Amino acid sequence: MSLDLAPLLPGTIVLSSLLPGVFIFLVREENHLLRTVLNLFGAVLKLVLVGVMIWGVYLGQVFETRVQIAPGLELVLHADALSVLFVTLSTVLWLVTTVYAIGYLEHSPNRSRFFGFFSLCVSATVGVALAGNLLTFVIFYEILTLATYPLVAHRGTPEATRGAKIYLAYTLSGGLLLLVGAVWLRTLTGPVDFVAGGVLRGMPADMHRELVAIFALLLAGLGVKAALVPLHGWLPQSMVAPAPVSSLLHAVAVVKAGAFGILRVVFDVYGVEFSSELGLLAVLAALASFTIIYGSLMALTQDGLKKRLAYSTVSQVSYIALGAALLGPIATVGGMVHLVHQGIMKITLFFCAGNYAETLGVHNVSQMDGVGRRMPLTTLAFSVGALGMIGIPPIAGFVSKWYLGLGGVEAQQYWVLLVLGASTLLNAGYFLPILYRAWFRPLPNEWPHEHHFGTRFETMGALLWPPVITAAFCLVAGLFAAAPFSPLEWAQLIARREYGL
Amino acid sequence: MTAQFLYGGAGLILFVLGLWSFLVHAPLLRKLIALNIMGGGVFHVLIAVAYRGDGVTPDPVPHALVLTGIVVAVSATALALVLGARLQDEQRQG
Amino acid sequence: MYSNLLTDPLVLCITLPLLGAALTTALPRHAVPLGILAALATCSAAVTLGVDVWQHGALRLVLGGWEPELAIGLRADGLAVALALMANLVALGISVYASGYFRDPERMRAFWPLWLLLWAALNGLFLAGDLFNLYVMLELLGITAAALGALTGSREAVSANLRYLLVGLLGSISYLLGVALLYTAHGTLDLGLVARAIAANDRLFAVDAAALVLMVSGLALKAALFPLHFWLPPAHANAPAPVSAALSALVVKASVYLIIRLWLDLFAPITGLAAAMFLALLGAAAVVWGSWRALRAERLKLLAAYSTVAQIGYLFLFLPLLAVTPPGPPRDNLLAALVLMALTHGFAKSGFFLAAGLVQTNAGHDRIDDLGGTAQRLPATTFAIALAGSALIGLPPSGSFIGKWLLMQGAIESGQWWWVIVVTTGSLLASAYVFRVLSRAFGLEPTPLKFVTDARAEVPALLLSLVAVALLGLASGPLWTLLALRAGGGA
Repeated sequence: MSLDLAPLLPGTIVLSSLLPGVFIFLVREENHLLRTVLNLFGAVLKLVLVGVMIWGVYLGQVFETRVQIAPGLELVLHADALSVLFVTLSTVLWLVTTVYAIGYLEHSPNRSRFFGFFSLCVSATVGVALAGNLLTFVIFYEILTLATYPLVAHRGTPEATRGAKIYLAYTLSGGLLLLVGAVWLRTLTGPVDFVAGGVLRGMPADMHRELVAIFALLLAGLGVKAALVPLHGWLPQSMVAPAPVSSLLHAVAVVKAGAFGILRVVFDVYGVEFSSELGLLAVLAALASFTIIYGSLMALTQDGLKKRLAYSTVSQVSYIALGAALLGPIATVGGMVHLVHQGIMKITLFFCAGNYAETLGVHNVSQMDGVGRRMPLTTLAFSVGALGMIGIPPIAGFVSKWYLGLGGVEAQQYWVLLVLGASTLLNAGYFLPILYRAWFRPLPNEWPHEHHFGTRFETMGALLWPPVITAAFCLVAGLFAAAPFSPLEWAQLIARREYGL
Repeated sequence: MTAQFLYGGAGLILFVLGLWSFLVHAPLLRKLIALNIMGGGVFHVLIAVAYRGDGVTPDPVPHALVLTGIVVAVSATALALVLGARLQDEQRQG
Repeated sequence: MYSNLLTDPLVLCITLPLLGAALTTALPRHAVPLGILAALATCSAAVTLGVDVWQHGALRLVLGGWEPELAIGLRADGLAVALALMANLVALGISVYASGYFRDPERMRAFWPLWLLLWAALNGLFLAGDLFNLYVMLELLGITAAALGALTGSREAVSANLRYLLVGLLGSISYLLGVALLYTAHGTLDLGLVARAIAANDRLFAVDAAALVLMVSGLALKAALFPLHFWLPPAHANAPAPVSAALSALVVKASVYLIIRLWLDLFAPITGLAAAMFLALLGAAAVVWGSWRALRAERLKLLAAYSTVAQIGYLFLFLPLLAVTPPGPPRDNLLAALVLMALTHGFAKSGFFLAAGLVQTNAGHDRIDDLGGTAQRLPATTFAIALAGSALIGLPPSGSFIGKWLLMQGAIESGQWWWVIVVTTGSLLASAYVFRVLSRAFGLEPTPLKFVTDARAEVPALLLSLVAVALLGLASGPLWTLLALRAGGGA
């Protein structure tokens, strides 16, 4: 890659899914082939471009696209280590999800509309990841809201419309708070670029109260998408969406965008040490811990599989916020790496949940007796994801929890260990019964709504392989955590830069 | 000078009277007449402005304005009457 | 002088649509091709004018070789050109849409001459250089707009537009009295000369202030500033769709333009913070009340009309901020944001109305609660409504997002933080009313096979909305350059 193309790369990565998305809207409904080609072309092209970018960032090259919208307002797409982490996660998972979605929606109506918005959604996510300043972040964050609304409402049933409405009410209100916070911050500091270590440390003491208020606005805006309690209400409601959308919401895009935004604000705007000085980290830590416990408790009581997974997301995403809320590089590593680990584990679980629903008509935990014998590969993938969530080594989730716990000790905040311990017990409490049912309970005489795809596997290939692959990722990320380019290594690179080590 | 003031002042009074009538009377015809009286008031003011003393040619600009203003007022009144007539026809038929 | 007058784009912007109006009246059988031709020609004249001003700075032209005190003067500075360009592009889109809209040949023949006259009045209003020509254009605009609005001939349309006509006449007479007072005081009608005279002569404060009140209240009536908006919703909601689009996007905007022009250029020395604050309070009430009524509206076009009331309100919020911001980049930002919001609304609202019209013709009605099936049958139309709607809310990357960002920034910087509450409340209400419509588009109806079903009607709506959402939001930089091109004052 020659040097003069470097400023174009981040923009091209956003466009690589945006443009195919625009064309997909125009594809005639029955033209399955063209749509699939466009989908996969965008997904693969983006993956290749991201690969080039990872290599470049690793070599220390700077990738930055700057477009002036108006004097003083710039759209900046910038690849730093943190954005690469998120971009890679969403790009890899998007490819997998696209394959899954093509299989999942094989015979349903409005596919061109679905995949059009699907591509817009990923473009927005990548924009959020690559945003180099607060303005750009806000722009893509809002576009993400708009692009996901049609996906949540896609089924068109009254429940879907209602879920989508609730989703929108939460996210748009949150977006407004974020916007006000961003504008207010800009009036104090000028353009707010994301810089490792933060940009606000030098602000005079008489502005600190304003900065705290702005942090509250930003956190409220980001907390909606990150599903921090009490702003999480939309997440269980939007479970009415098709399974690929749930995967997207929970693992790749929406929830992640919120958590990622919290990381950005804490580390690259306020700076983690300055946040701690202002007393902001304590508040964030309390919120995150409460959310972790609350989400797990709620998950215990759900019989609907997707609802249980949704509350599990509420809980697990707050690990990321918890990592950001503890002062010290080890906890930071734990939070950052969980951004990736939670993504690959949760997407596996949702893919599997979708498979049970599509293949057997199984929607509830109480119907899952013996599914392991009917669908061994899917259930194996599910088990890997679930055990990873609990934190059983050597699966990815263990690495996150280990670093978070160690970080708590390093920061001398021993209560973190209590939170982690309680959460692990609760995780086990809501996942192990599922695994027990799936593997050890006898098969029922008849499945609620069985569907034969006429393959030699337990279900259609496009549905089966994505969870198997992501489950493999979970194992690999845990087993080879110390290998170069592993999520853990990359998170350590980010933490070193944030703390100037 | 006094004549000029009287004439202009009368114009302003006409404007206010017309405005009052426009606001309080509902029927279309009365509203239209009121508007035309208001217009007349403004034209009075303009004509008063044009006066530059006895024996001196008056300022032509306000005169031109009044002429144009009258044309505009007539066409607007005509359109309003047409629309009003259309409404009344329909009321009779309906 | 005379030879190049005929080819001067400043003149052509007004004469071409007039010529078109004459031709379509004379040859009614060929009204559509002639009308489209006139639309294309006018629009290219406006674009040429834009390029000219961009390259050479603000232009002035005195017709007929008279002295500036006597002659008809035209002038184009950055502000005028920005609005004229928007108006002409929107008008072109409306023309293309209208060419396929009218089923009844009689209506179609009536439409074109009136529409081209209205267009000429609009361009004249943006480009006129003196107070009296502004009055004539204002009246011409009001008359043609009311006539076009009543074109469907339905009872509601005729009575709403009769009221619109009367209200408009009241507004312009009030404006005219203001003009008469200014002429009495300063002896000239040229915008630049009057501005200088007002600045130089503070003994005449009482007359100037009276003129200001008369002119601005007359124009506020025509601009439907709360609480003078009562006439707008029925008039705009009952007109044929292309006319609704023109009324909401352009005609109202012309009066707002004139208020801004007078406020900032002419009366700047005598408009204090208190007066600006008063107008902004009305604007804030318009934002909240208009959005609320839009949310409660039962019909799609009524919703769009109330949304116009709200969107006009936003523009007035800028006045007190401009009043306390000294010249410099922050003030330039505020002015640009004001214009940007006006332009975005022009594109977005016309796109919205054109799309709504298509929904109405397809469904036979525009009751929002029963639109589900239609919205799904017309994906491109629904998409246009979605794009336009997100620009109305002020979501990124629309131009109004940038506008609202700068508005809030200016409000915080000048300590008038309460406008931030107005803006956020308005945005929330707008999201609610826009998505109330869009949520109907996701139902269980059978799926259409292709995206665009009626290109001549859907493409203009889509393009207009797209300009509001993408172009104005992501590339609004040139607007700053354009607005910096000011007229150098009088003759």
